[in-house]
Amino acid sequence: MGALLEVERLDVRFATPEGEVSAVNDVGFSIAEGEMLGIVGESGAGKSQIFMALMGLLARNGRASGSVRFRGSEMLGLEPAALNRIRGARLSMIFQDPMTSLNPYLTVERQLTEVLVTHRAMSRREARREAVAMLESVQIPEAGRRIDLYPHEFSGGMRQRAMIAMALLCRPELLIADEPTTALDVTIQAQILELIRKLGETSHTAVALITHDLGVIAGLCDRVIVMYAGRIVETGPVRDIFRNPQHPYTAGLLASMPRLDIAEGRRLQTIAGQPPNLQRLPPGCAFNDRCPHAFARCVAERPLLTPVGAGRSKACHLERL
Amino acid sequence: MTEAALRATPTTEFEGRSLWADARRRFARNRAAMASLVIVLLVTVACILAPWISPHPYDAVDWDRMLAPPDWQAGYYFGTDANGRDLFVRTLYGGQVSLSIAAVATLVSLAIGVIWGAVAGFVGGRIDAAMMRIVDILYALPFVFFVILLTVIFTRNFLLMYVAIGAVSWLDMARIVRGQTLSLKRKEFVEAAEAGGVSRFNILRRHIIPNTLGPVVIYMTLTIPQVILIESFVSFLGLGVQEPSASWGTMINEGANVMEIAPWALLYPATVLVATLIALNFVGDGLRDALDPKDR
Amino acid sequence: MSAGPILEVEDLRVHFRIGGGMFGRGDRILKAVDGVSFRLGAGETLGLVGESGCGKSTLGRAVLRLLPLAKGRVLWLGQDLGALDTEALRRQRRSMQIVFQDPLAALNPRMTAGEIIAEPLRTFEPEQGAAATRERVKAMMGKVGLLPQQINRYPHEFSGGQCQRIGIARAMITRPKLIVCDEPVSALDVSIQAQIVNLLMELQAEYGLALIFISHNLAIVRHVSHRIMVLYLGRVAELATREQLYRNPRHPYTQALISAVPLPDPDLERGRRRLVLKGDLPSPLDPPSGCAFRTRCPKATAICARETPPLLPIAAGHEVACHHWNE
Repeated sequence: MGALLEVERLDVRFATPEGEVSAVNDVGFSIAEGEMLGIVGESGAGKSQIFMALMGLLARNGRASGSVRFRGSEMLGLEPAALNRIRGARLSMIFQDPMTSLNPYLTVERQLTEVLVTHRAMSRREARREAVAMLESVQIPEAGRRIDLYPHEFSGGMRQRAMIAMALLCRPELLIADEPTTALDVTIQAQILELIRKLGETSHTAVALITHDLGVIAGLCDRVIVMYAGRIVETGPVRDIFRNPQHPYTAGLLASMPRLDIAEGRRLQTIAGQPPNLQRLPPGCAFNDRCPHAFARCVAERPLLTPVGAGRSKACHLERL
Repeated sequence: MTEAALRATPTTEFEGRSLWADARRRFARNRAAMASLVIVLLVTVACILAPWISPHPYDAVDWDRMLAPPDWQAGYYFGTDANGRDLFVRTLYGGQVSLSIAAVATLVSLAIGVIWGAVAGFVGGRIDAAMMRIVDILYALPFVFFVILLTVIFTRNFLLMYVAIGAVSWLDMARIVRGQTLSLKRKEFVEAAEAGGVSRFNILRRHIIPNTLGPVVIYMTLTIPQVILIESFVSFLGLGVQEPSASWGTMINEGANVMEIAPWALLYPATVLVATLIALNFVGDGLRDALDPKDR
Repeated sequence: MSAGPILEVEDLRVHFRIGGGMFGRGDRILKAVDGVSFRLGAGETLGLVGESGCGKSTLGRAVLRLLPLAKGRVLWLGQDLGALDTEALRRQRRSMQIVFQDPLAALNPRMTAGEIIAEPLRTFEPEQGAAATRERVKAMMGKVGLLPQQINRYPHEFSGGQCQRIGIARAMITRPKLIVCDEPVSALDVSIQAQIVNLLMELQAEYGLALIFISHNLAIVRHVSHRIMVLYLGRVAELATREQLYRNPRHPYTQALISAVPLPDPDLERGRRRLVLKGDLPSPLDPPSGCAFRTRCPKATAICARETPPLLPIAAGHEVACHHWNE
């Protein structure tokens, strides 16, 4: 399997009145065809900005540099017209809040068929048939009737499913899901995750799943990237990361979650301190002010992402955790 | 869990930076707004100090100089009007009238408008409906007719201008503050205060009103030019200020009559009026940028 | 947990009038909480779980009498809160407090951390001098893990987790006996959630606080609660101790909720048989007849549409409202 998406030395910076802020620093990874990649991190980790950058959706004061290749061709710096041929058709994105990507003034039908008419040159009638079929495949009941409603007439879970349907209409090769279930109840989250899982199995679409919830990653992804303060701190196959985390931040995240599969009544372990403030990062390793294992070298020198076994790497000065 | 922070920080208390301090910083960085503020302050100070700045009283007639052009040696910086009176000092006196009207409008809309709107929005229900209907009724009075009516009933008296402007200037403010209050009332910090047993009066005083002040200040700076314009307009119609007093409106009226033979009689008062209005609008824009939370 | 309950709630109902025309014609009644009863002992934590729209936040606020009750009684330390006038109710508020979901929105942006935390003290103990109040505020800030030197800082200068600590300090400063925690960690980063959960549990152990812990996160609720109440469309589906509820859930809705929680373990998570519910929560304006859950329930039969299942005790401390709990 060849690499579908290759990201190399990606930097994303934002110009703010208080000076330049680096949201993403020297990030590199790849996604293979049909692969499910999870990207975990908390607020300020830069996980969403990576994909906003490659979709050309950065805020106006943002600037991306480095290289992002989709099937070998460079995406950064593409003209909007050239970018539009890729995004929406071969590369789709769904967001945490479905209302941001659904236009409240147009019926769901209009929004779904528009994609098909522009990208796949279908007639309106064909497009409608295809759209109804897609809504049915994401389990929207009575899709033929519901398609003529407006987004606000859908429930939260249905909106999210409609958005997934929209993202899948052109059979993208890569689906980017940015916190797709964070705003939803657990019961609806289970439905959506089930849907994404089936998607990977049946249509061989690659998925990049951005989330702060390790539980979501565990069930779905093949490989995980853990980010902190704009950098990758650890990456590897999902089993290895969950069974044997090697970066103190990954270990801390896993230990601080209350979980149903462990006996109750244990005191939760915590990660001390506050989430990183990108404007005031500590010198050396950005995690050193919260790390229980920090030593002198962590303040003096920033650890580089280095391989630590099959398909794994971490950015930490500790030999072993 | 804050050991690291404890180790690193001194034991003296940090000074917090309030939202107001933030806004002041942002405002100070806005050059156009700062320059405008300086202009407004200069005009205000000059108007207040008018008797000491100019060698001429505002109503003294110089029989040798009627409609004379500006003459710096004689102290007629803006020239004279058809009655030989110094236009410079009259412009400053006119400014006193215009700015005092602005002050009245400000005070009334702060004192009545803010409290009226906050109470109506916070109490809600029937009291709110009754209070806002009163506002609607006052709104429905056509302002210029209102002034004409008052002048007809009470004979022409400049004080009526203050009454008329005072009566209407708080209406918009009441509506704005009521709208703000309605949205603030649903904020969690107000609910927290309620759950914490804070009395309704103190919730209004500590939690609601201080949080409406941003929009209030912005609206204020946008009202002042409006009020000055209304006064100029009413005086231009001959209903406001009486001779020998002057306002910017009456001076522009008189200047317009002689504009072909003595353009300065129109030009100077009009320039001062326009400059002041533009500066006030810039200050208002600057405040809006500085106080707007979306910018943060 | 001590002998007598400090809080007794009987048949509590909260109804909202929705929209409709002028003069109340065409209004519809939304039964947000529809006949809920429970007791809470000193130092006990009751978890409230359910999907959004199930009435858990409304119930939490109604218990504190922040919302008008349509029916039912709230007995606080034996006193009927519904019978108190405004002033008497206001005085009761020092012993019952609330912590909110959005930590920043719960703090007045124009007040310093110190002023915010001191406000309940100023309200209930105005005779205390400014210096004494300040000392108590600083002591409480230390207790909840804030730096006392930050007393003059404003909310926007703190992170989300720190803002939540300010909110907790404000709730704790009058030494209440009960705190309603309305989704206190769901707006926070994962690494901060554990800090706040631990803080709440430490404060509970130290001061014998009772907590009503509202959350949609079943893993956190299990971690903090002694007993758990599952709500569906304003009614109790199941009420049980933590051990009973998670080891032996009897209501199909509880079973579905628990099975929907993703486990942070790749092998367990993939090997699991999951009970995925169909469809969404029905509109609370127009709930299904009989058992409200029947439209999504895998066990629903004819009787579920006809009869509303009563909340029945099936074991000591375990109550279920389901016709088919025993299948």
